[in-house]
Amino acid sequence: MNLCIDIRKNTYYDSVALMVITKEIKKLPYVNEIIVGMGTELNKELADNLNLSNNEIKSLTPNDFFIAAFASEEEDKAAVKIVNKVNELLNSKNEKSDTEDEYKPNTFNAALKHMKDANMAIISLPGKYAADEARKALKNGLNVMLFSDNVTLEEEIELKMIGRDKGLLVMGPDCGTAIINHVPLCFANVVRKGDIGIVGASGTGTQEVTVLIDKFGAGISQAIGTGGRDLKSAVGGIMMIEGFKALIDDPETKVIVLVSKPPAPEVAKKILDMVSLTNKPVVVDFIGGDREEIESSGAYACISLEDAAYKAAALSKGDTVYDYIGFTQPENEIDLLVEKEMVKFGIEQKYIRALYTGGTLADEAMKLLDKEGYDIYSNIPLKPEFRLKNILKSEMNTCIDLGDDDFTVGKPHPMIDPMGRVERLHQEAEDEEVAIILMDFVIGYGSNVDPAGEMLPQIIAAKKKMESRGKYLCVVGYICGTEADPQNYKEQKEKLEQAGVILMPSNAQAVRYCAKLMKKLNK
Amino acid sequence: MTSINELFSKDIKAINLGLESFCRDLKDQHVPCVQVNWRPPSEGSKLLSILEDENIACKIEKANAEAIDKLLSAQPILIGVGNAGEVIPKMTKKTILHAGPPITWDRMSEPLKGAIIGGLIYEKLADSEAEAVRLAASGEITFEPCHHYNAVGPMAGVVTYSMPVWIVQNKTFGNYSYCTFNEGLGKVLRFGAYSTEVLDRLYWMQNSLAPVIKEALELKGGIDLKTIIAQLLQMGDEGHNRNKAATSLLFRELAPFIVKTKFSDEQKSEVLTFIDKNDHFFLNVSMPACKCSLDPLRDIEYCTVLYTMSRNGTDFGIRMAGTGGEWFTAPCEMVEGLYFPGFDESDANPDLGDSCITETAGIGGFAMATAPAIVQFVGGTPKDAINYTNSMYEITCAENNAYKIPNINFRGVPTGIDMRKVIETRILPVINTGIACNRAGVGQVGAGVVNPPMKCFEDALKFFIKKNNLL
Repeated sequence: MNLCIDIRKNTYYDSVALMVITKEIKKLPYVNEIIVGMGTELNKELADNLNLSNNEIKSLTPNDFFIAAFASEEEDKAAVKIVNKVNELLNSKNEKSDTEDEYKPNTFNAALKHMKDANMAIISLPGKYAADEARKALKNGLNVMLFSDNVTLEEEIELKMIGRDKGLLVMGPDCGTAIINHVPLCFANVVRKGDIGIVGASGTGTQEVTVLIDKFGAGISQAIGTGGRDLKSAVGGIMMIEGFKALIDDPETKVIVLVSKPPAPEVAKKILDMVSLTNKPVVVDFIGGDREEIESSGAYACISLEDAAYKAAALSKGDTVYDYIGFTQPENEIDLLVEKEMVKFGIEQKYIRALYTGGTLADEAMKLLDKEGYDIYSNIPLKPEFRLKNILKSEMNTCIDLGDDDFTVGKPHPMIDPMGRVERLHQEAEDEEVAIILMDFVIGYGSNVDPAGEMLPQIIAAKKKMESRGKYLCVVGYICGTEADPQNYKEQKEKLEQAGVILMPSNAQAVRYCAKLMKKLNK
Repeated sequence: MTSINELFSKDIKAINLGLESFCRDLKDQHVPCVQVNWRPPSEGSKLLSILEDENIACKIEKANAEAIDKLLSAQPILIGVGNAGEVIPKMTKKTILHAGPPITWDRMSEPLKGAIIGGLIYEKLADSEAEAVRLAASGEITFEPCHHYNAVGPMAGVVTYSMPVWIVQNKTFGNYSYCTFNEGLGKVLRFGAYSTEVLDRLYWMQNSLAPVIKEALELKGGIDLKTIIAQLLQMGDEGHNRNKAATSLLFRELAPFIVKTKFSDEQKSEVLTFIDKNDHFFLNVSMPACKCSLDPLRDIEYCTVLYTMSRNGTDFGIRMAGTGGEWFTAPCEMVEGLYFPGFDESDANPDLGDSCITETAGIGGFAMATAPAIVQFVGGTPKDAINYTNSMYEITCAENNAYKIPNINFRGVPTGIDMRKVIETRILPVINTGIACNRAGVGQVGAGVVNPPMKCFEDALKFFIKKNNLL
């Protein structure tokens, strides 16, 4: 063991900084004992106690800096290393970024003191705590985006009544998507500013409509979320009605779109009655709702989310409004694409397995396939007889919503963490009767940074596996997102196309394309 | 138009509770967003709702306002020096005062036992360690918290009959407080050392230091400590773990009068050198200043403001204005900190000393933002230190009108710890502190940051509810 000593007369460093350095240096494997300090009486005594002292150290004053260490290696080498390390630490710059240091208050009230003019509370806490925090936010005049689920119906009604009385938004519970004042909240996409205002009771439904409106060249003024239960009779559509009113009064909004699963009849009536209160055109997509009833109110009814987006965009731009049922590409090109795929399938391949991360997209897929006459098994089936006996095992034609509670208890949503779908795809590729895999890739704020990249290796592996058995796995995909989203849309598209995924420009088109394939497969 | 339309014309400013990525996404878009460091409410916070009843909440608010008035109007003045036995009421030859809440000899930690052994030898009640231990265990000695005698003591806080003490008076209310002189670092009584070297120093302090300063103070008259504390906060001291600037200020007040005393030049020089060499000399003055500022809060009915926080190395104790002399105790925590060369966690004694009276009064850890030189104790950057101070605003009632922190726009230090806010926010007071060695006589082994146990606050809440028949 060697004693290494370095002394710098009249060099001052703060004692606490030196204690931190001593602690760091002690971690070096070849350092047995070390003291880095100023020549104070205390430090000199400590050095003495550790046998790190000599006459030179004893003579130091509190203005002198010294390093004394016992090292296990050759004296010269260790001494140089120790001194270098001390110098490095003495001169190291703090590289912590400002955001890491950002003050995080412990409670809502403290946060409010920190940001006195806050106007939006975003709450994604466990359901049993979420309502209390939402109540506090409303009490203090903040609008609420309540992402949490597992909030009771009673609490939802109470919160929405408070919101209505105070003129505040209560978006949720279980509301994943909103765009307020062009700011995407939670799971939402970066879309063009424009004059189309949306009130949506479905997260991915709203995402799909806003994204497609952007694709059709129009833009969004506001997209207000309500949560999925808003239009049930118990809640009575409180937020849809308040949001609708606000859009009617909003000078920036020229066209209004309402998106929801079919509401309770009396709620549907209340809302449709309001259509006559405004001169603004209203597009109503009560997904699978009664077309005649909607049209008799003076609103435009829709056959898909894409159709809703198309009609809204056409109204915004002054174009002719018609049902958008086809493909963006000419029909003959699509048929050619169908033919090209058909020749690759092996015998007995006939089923579709749709693995969705977006619930409303899954629902739309089942409704479109149902119209074509297919029975689709699911964890969220259109009819109870098609409920999967075991949600972990697909049957015949199956469409899964991987974002449903069935799959997300204790796990992140598949839009954030695609692991669940990666495993499921692997499993589907084991089934030789499977012909088509249909998948959504939802990008935008909130979603995984690279959903295509996460799925890619499994898509390639699944295709190979089928190929090795003389079969062909056709993978059809749809990217719900815009080029302005934080993920690189182009790169997502290229990755998937290179792996042989057939991409369609909307969920409806992707489903329709699959339907064309299925028709041929089942001949 | 509904007021939803008003929102449409504003910029979004968000508070995010839950998934932090939602906050990051907003910040990426340059939308202001505050992330809440949310935790589920505790059992204690459920009890707290009893205090939210309008009638009782109103009484508490009124009582707390009175407490803050009293605390902010305090005027601590250093008025003199005396011997503990002569100036501290009820002090007897066989009374030993110690830091923290009440404790019996058998439960005391090593540094406190060591200091008591030293105290007994110093008083010549015992002439060996063995005899001192026998005497301490015999029941002949009265052990009492300093806090029961208007006194405070750093670390072990041992005060015996013959020890010289600072006398501080709160001019506004007339009450007094007392504290021994700071011995410096290394082997010292307050860390449980009692070697000849330690005792010799104590005798020197009794026979030279105290008489010289006593006479100097008589020549000068009182020293306004509120002014010094206000200044130390503007000079990079927080008044607990860093007392460099304050010691210099006190030195400047005393030196001209020490020179005028009748003692020999050598004695005067020794005294001035002793003060100069001890960066913590002022700590034993700031502590009684805080003590006499806080004591008038005791017995304000319905008041939830703390007037004592203190530890004896075994238990942490707090006292609250609305519950009188009742201590709420729980086992002391270990200090998170940095160690002197040659020491580590295994050498550390649990938290010890009355010095967190400084935090109780709003300085020390509460004023961390003002002491950039020692931010390594709390994470390394001045921003970390500011965050510490910021979080203390959440558990206090007021901002001090005299003690201000320059680098947060001269905001007053967070003042008046409210038990309710501690329980509601789950933010515990932060205490800057030295770390004593767990073996008697070794001394200080490091310094760092510690919190009181939450149980103290929960027990205070339960007692408060019971005392005021609120259930």
